[in-house]
Amino acid sequence: MNRLSKLSYMTLIYLFFYVPIVILIVYSFNNSTYSMLWHGFTWQWYQQLIADTDLQSIAIHSLIVGILAATAATIMGTLTAVTLFRYQFYGKKLLHTLIFILIVSPDIVMGISLLILYSTMKISLGFCTLLFAHITFCIPFVAVTVYSRMTGLDKNIFEAARDLGAKDFTIFLRIIIPLLWPAIIAGWLLSFTLSLDDVIISYFVTGPDFQILPLQIFSMVRLGITPEINALCSVMFSITLLIVIVSQMMLRKKQ
Amino acid sequence: MRQINIFKKISVITIWLWLGFFALVPNVLVMITSMLQQGDNELVRLQLTLINYFELFDTIYVRIFVHSIWLAGLCTFLCLIVGYPFAYILARTHHRYKGLLLLLVIIPFWTSSLIRSYAIVTILKAKGIINSLFIWLGIIHQPLQLLYSGSAVVVGLVYSLLPFMILPLYANIEKLDMRLIDAARDLGATKLTVFRKVILPLTMPGIIAGIMLVFLPAMSMFYIPDLLGGAKTLLVGNLIENQFLAARNWPMGSTVSIILTLLMGLMLLVYWRSSTKINKEQQELI
Amino acid sequence: MNQNIIELCEVSKNYHDHPVLNNISFEVKNGEFLTLLGPSGCGKTTLLRLLSGFEAPSNGIIYIDGKNVAGLGPHQRQVNTVFQSYALFPHMTVFDNVAFGLRCKNLPKDEIEQHVMEALKMVKLETLIHRKPHQLSGGQQQRVAIARAVVNKPLVLLLDEPLSSLDYRLRKMMQIELKQLQTDLGITFIFVTHDQEEALSMSDRVAVMFDGKIAQIGTPREVYEEPINLDVAKFIGEVNIFETKVISANEKNLQVEIEGRQFILKNRKNFSSDQILCSLVRPEDLQVWAQSEVTDNSSMFPACVEQVIYKGSTVDLMLRLPSNKVLAATQFFNEDDEKLDFQLGESVWVNWVPGWEVILADETD
Repeated sequence: MNRLSKLSYMTLIYLFFYVPIVILIVYSFNNSTYSMLWHGFTWQWYQQLIADTDLQSIAIHSLIVGILAATAATIMGTLTAVTLFRYQFYGKKLLHTLIFILIVSPDIVMGISLLILYSTMKISLGFCTLLFAHITFCIPFVAVTVYSRMTGLDKNIFEAARDLGAKDFTIFLRIIIPLLWPAIIAGWLLSFTLSLDDVIISYFVTGPDFQILPLQIFSMVRLGITPEINALCSVMFSITLLIVIVSQMMLRKKQ
Repeated sequence: MRQINIFKKISVITIWLWLGFFALVPNVLVMITSMLQQGDNELVRLQLTLINYFELFDTIYVRIFVHSIWLAGLCTFLCLIVGYPFAYILARTHHRYKGLLLLLVIIPFWTSSLIRSYAIVTILKAKGIINSLFIWLGIIHQPLQLLYSGSAVVVGLVYSLLPFMILPLYANIEKLDMRLIDAARDLGATKLTVFRKVILPLTMPGIIAGIMLVFLPAMSMFYIPDLLGGAKTLLVGNLIENQFLAARNWPMGSTVSIILTLLMGLMLLVYWRSSTKINKEQQELI
Repeated sequence: MNQNIIELCEVSKNYHDHPVLNNISFEVKNGEFLTLLGPSGCGKTTLLRLLSGFEAPSNGIIYIDGKNVAGLGPHQRQVNTVFQSYALFPHMTVFDNVAFGLRCKNLPKDEIEQHVMEALKMVKLETLIHRKPHQLSGGQQQRVAIARAVVNKPLVLLLDEPLSSLDYRLRKMMQIELKQLQTDLGITFIFVTHDQEEALSMSDRVAVMFDGKIAQIGTPREVYEEPINLDVAKFIGEVNIFETKVISANEKNLQVEIEGRQFILKNRKNFSSDQILCSLVRPEDLQVWAQSEVTDNSSMFPACVEQVIYKGSTVDLMLRLPSNKVLAATQFFNEDDEKLDFQLGESVWVNWVPGWEVILADETD
């Protein structure tokens, strides 16, 4: 392939990726309820969003779950990565496999399996069930992000620290965390977006009293398309965009 | 050494407790549920049976499975055909903005596919941008029915899942030793031969990983057929959702989910075999 | 104080039933510079890890300063390691790197500072304490690694191929510096390397290892001049090996035939007449004579010059004997000696001073 055809091919794909999103964002400022023709610029739909108190509480739900789930998953995912990287223990291979399977397994399988778990345990669906589910599906992503960063480290560094008298907790606190913090923060950010955007798993494990944004969007879209959804989706997209950019900057940071 | 290591113990126990309870146990429960039956008054009747697995051969289920595999397969094929050259060009480019170009693929990877599917809805709907544009241009006079069709679902799936094909392929091609290609060319291989005999076999793990990451979600992302296909298109995902939340036949839903899991297991096996084969060969070379 | 700082008694190490170290016993004297020399995979690094406490021996006992150290972790032994590629903490300054061990021991702050500065002064890095490792040159990083280890006042310092990532000139410099440092500190160094030149020039004693066993342990002169077997002889420096047929032997002398000529050699190792032997001669011990210089060639071999490699202070020659055997000979320049001007294809005579050869039993078959 020559340069020109390569260039046009790449451009075409990027257009495919971004034109729908750009149209969505542009039309969230369109001063018309139904038409796709441009009727002038307006903040109206965003103002309606802000004024919507139901939506406010739903957004706060999403934020709380996102922050808590990302934090818990980051702690456990980092521990998982460190444990897998540094220690030999019973069931290590199984844990490796489990992490891998959790990443590739379809969301719907995890969704219904957790639903069955909660129903067997007679735990009523709501905030807790949702939070635990989100923590669980975020852990493998943090573990993989941190682990791949750890493999770039010189293993002798840990041995040197041990040789100088450091206990494992000291090594974790003084060597591993400072060396891996960009990956750990990236892991947190990615977990947060995963939690913020998840539809399928949440669909099964949250209760009617605890709505979150993606599910709200889903039901709004099913009922009919309104300009407010455009505005809401644009806001959500922008948040994700920001987080992904920051997380990628973190991952590229060289020590 | 042999002294008790508290940190290690706490870490291992915490991780195993959490993942055991929230990942292993639930899957065992699904397996058990798939061997029960819907109860009359309660959710399930506690009596082991394999009847659900036999019922899978019922025409309704078979039709949904065939349809799902066809749609997901088509979507996977399209993603591979479109994604491979893209990933290849991206991996081999030495452009100044390579980082940015990669970031532009990573962003859709992490963005909510619900929002992205919704963006497709706004484009395809009767008063959407395409119909408006065509009417304005005078090409058509009546809006076309673009939404709520099998093709709309495929477009939505490809749009949502293409990054999941590109990124594993990119990671794999990026690792490829470009000197091998030069060597093959030097030895007189044509471009096509180089691709068939060198590039394709070495990027096989990436291809399989990409197929896995596209095919499985394509079968199970129930909201895309919901939004883009209307009530017409049912995928395995919709079937499971339906059994759990509408029909409340959890055992049957679990059985379908087990089939999906088995499919995943099969693909994982293929993936592991191909990647360990290549790793082994490369290690032996060194 | 115990005369031997380290004692190993029949130490073995297996990985998954595969023996890596086999029945190793030796002692290291206090203040000694001992080098473990051997090809890669011979077990020398594993031996070091047993001493530092990162691995436990499968069998046998290790004593450090008279104490059995079985079950003691790396931090419980008065032994520190300088790692290959240094393993400096990349996120810490030079000062923090060196202070790490002392901080783990919770020493008071002013004491830490005093010790760290002392250690850094010793390696001449006291002006660079705020730098991060990546802002240092290879040699400077090396010194930080040494300071970080010695600041803990270990009885023994273990060095795992510490010079292997430095370029040739810097390596030479660091060899001298390390030796000097060891003399100043007066502590025991155990140094691992696969570079025989490095081993010979720095050590008080060298332990040559093959296949998980110590083949020979002795002073550099001993292992070079009196190698115990062919492996050691071949690994340490170049050597010419002559097949040696014994014609007769008594307690004092051996009458032998080498390359068709008969010689009387000293029987130092009690060989009997039915043994197949090898005579080993180092290239620098071979003497090469031009045709015109020789009058009596009864104890010389005729040879043909095949290659002349000029090396500045020496000339290396490859010589082919009538039996097709190729010899390596190193000739030193000598100001009033012009006979070093050998031509390719020139016929020459070769011999060595009787007694400079080493006779070993042939173990090849």
